[in-house]
Amino acid sequence: MTTDNRAASGWQAGAPTETANGTGKHMKQQVSLRDRLWKFFVWATMGFFLVNVLLLIATVAVNSVATRWFGTLLPQGFTLHWYAQAWSDFQLSSVLLVTLEVVGAVVLLSIVLGVPAAYALARVQFPGKRFAMLVFLLPLMVPPVTYGIPMATVMYKFHLAGTLTGVILANLVPALPFVILVMTPFIEQIDPNLESAARIFGANTFRYFRYVLLPLLVPGMLAAGLLVLVRTIGMFELTFFTAGPTTQTLVVALYYAVFSTGVRAPQSIDAMAMIYMAITMVWVLIALQFVSPTQLVSRVKEQKQ
Amino acid sequence: MIALPAQQRDPKGWLVTPALFFILALFIYPFAYGLMLSFSPMNGGSVWANYITFFTDSSMWPTIIVTLKLAVPATIINVGVSVPVAFALRRTSPWQKFVTTLLVVPVTLGTVLIADGMLTYFSPNGWFPQALQALHLYGDEVRLTHNYWGVLISLIVSGFPFAFLLTLSYVTGIDPTLARAAATLGASPWQQFRQIYLPLLLPGLTMTACLSFVQAFSVFPSAVLLGAPAGPTRVISIAASEAAFENYDYALASTIAIVMGFVQLLVVGGMLGARRFFYTGPVTGGKG
Repeated sequence: MTTDNRAASGWQAGAPTETANGTGKHMKQQVSLRDRLWKFFVWATMGFFLVNVLLLIATVAVNSVATRWFGTLLPQGFTLHWYAQAWSDFQLSSVLLVTLEVVGAVVLLSIVLGVPAAYALARVQFPGKRFAMLVFLLPLMVPPVTYGIPMATVMYKFHLAGTLTGVILANLVPALPFVILVMTPFIEQIDPNLESAARIFGANTFRYFRYVLLPLLVPGMLAAGLLVLVRTIGMFELTFFTAGPTTQTLVVALYYAVFSTGVRAPQSIDAMAMIYMAITMVWVLIALQFVSPTQLVSRVKEQKQ
Repeated sequence: MIALPAQQRDPKGWLVTPALFFILALFIYPFAYGLMLSFSPMNGGSVWANYITFFTDSSMWPTIIVTLKLAVPATIINVGVSVPVAFALRRTSPWQKFVTTLLVVPVTLGTVLIADGMLTYFSPNGWFPQALQALHLYGDEVRLTHNYWGVLISLIVSGFPFAFLLTLSYVTGIDPTLARAAATLGASPWQQFRQIYLPLLLPGLTMTACLSFVQAFSVFPSAVLLGAPAGPTRVISIAASEAAFENYDYALASTIAIVMGFVQLLVVGGMLGARRFFYTGPVTGGKG
């Protein structure tokens, strides 16, 4: 309704051509100035944000190689010995081993359990499908802190808390639905006629799976696996709630180090932070070759055009 | 759903069961268990004792207000700034790729690392206060850590890229020919935004706001590391983890977690309900 009225009034105003042209030009100049100011404002905001984030990370990097740094632009001298210090201070070899075990197990198990489920959801109509979809969506919508505490409670009840199994199971809860969410649309776009074709040529289910479906699934599984990997390295809350002293992953160890600042030198903590950052960034860079930045960040699937 | 006769059912449907069983056992069951546990207080008492404790103890119920005071401004800032920036970057360009790639960094690094960096960067001797003083923008001592502002900044640092990338994916999903059609009819960029993009964007924006809010409301590590966890930034997740891992009162901890989930549900439900008053429909142009 309002648009109709507006169009009508515009039409009437446009009737005397000379005046309309004059005001139109004037307005255009105004608009372009306002437009330029607005654009400047948007870019300045974005630039300010990005510069600060980069400097924030640079602070950690500089501090991790600083001898003494207090109230000056740059530290007095540079050294690499904090990395060795951090390695022994925080028992990083065992922490990294735990991280590797947890992340590896979570990636493998989430693919092994998630891909068949995604296949069923993509291809088969079965009773309770909507229910299954809802159950898989919930862990992605509810934040980890909210369900982490009841989950940790159950883990303590079954004596799983503090064990490596417990940490892996806890991290699987958001990882598995994520794999299903990524893989379901991926499997949907694989032509179902391929199965019929393979069957006509005499392939049994195993041969169809091994020689037709699996090669087609690999790119999707790779993307899903990388996404889960990056998320699991950075998953703090669930690991924090379920890990014991011997089953801390790198990010949890980093939290405890920052939490008890003053016990260790801040440079040593920042050296550990740099190791964590390097590991994460390497995998992010690898993942970005296969997936879009939005997929890496959000829990909902990217809108398709 | 149409019930299929038994013989027509595809046995491949069973492939979903291992994953379904896993989530039921490790997500649904703990929730149900936590809900039951919240009604059976550790020290006895009535069924509602835990909830009464939460809503009467002055170290418990204010955490809801404290958390809302952080989460609501953070959500408004993150989503509010995302919209114009995503709108400015809606066309595919090298800039878009560059900015989105850079923005992935703070999100994937996670709140713990951001907190660690912020502690140095915003500390009274860090680069940020140094720069402010060198530019004579602010004379007094700059205090941006161990208080409310530290936590709010960390929520923006990790939440803004998330909101932006989501908004961008919604903005790029809108058919640009719609705006071009409006431009042909004489709509200024602002009018195009107001009349075309915004109505089509609202469902996506509601979703972004919901996810951003839920994330901000469950703020945990940065509230401890960057805030004042004993006072001004004692958020609800701190109260919950304290009850569980310091006092070993899992019943009370579950109660707090349930209250936390309920508040999130309430706000998200409110936002989704409000969305109904706006346009819902396709975001692509018809073949008119």
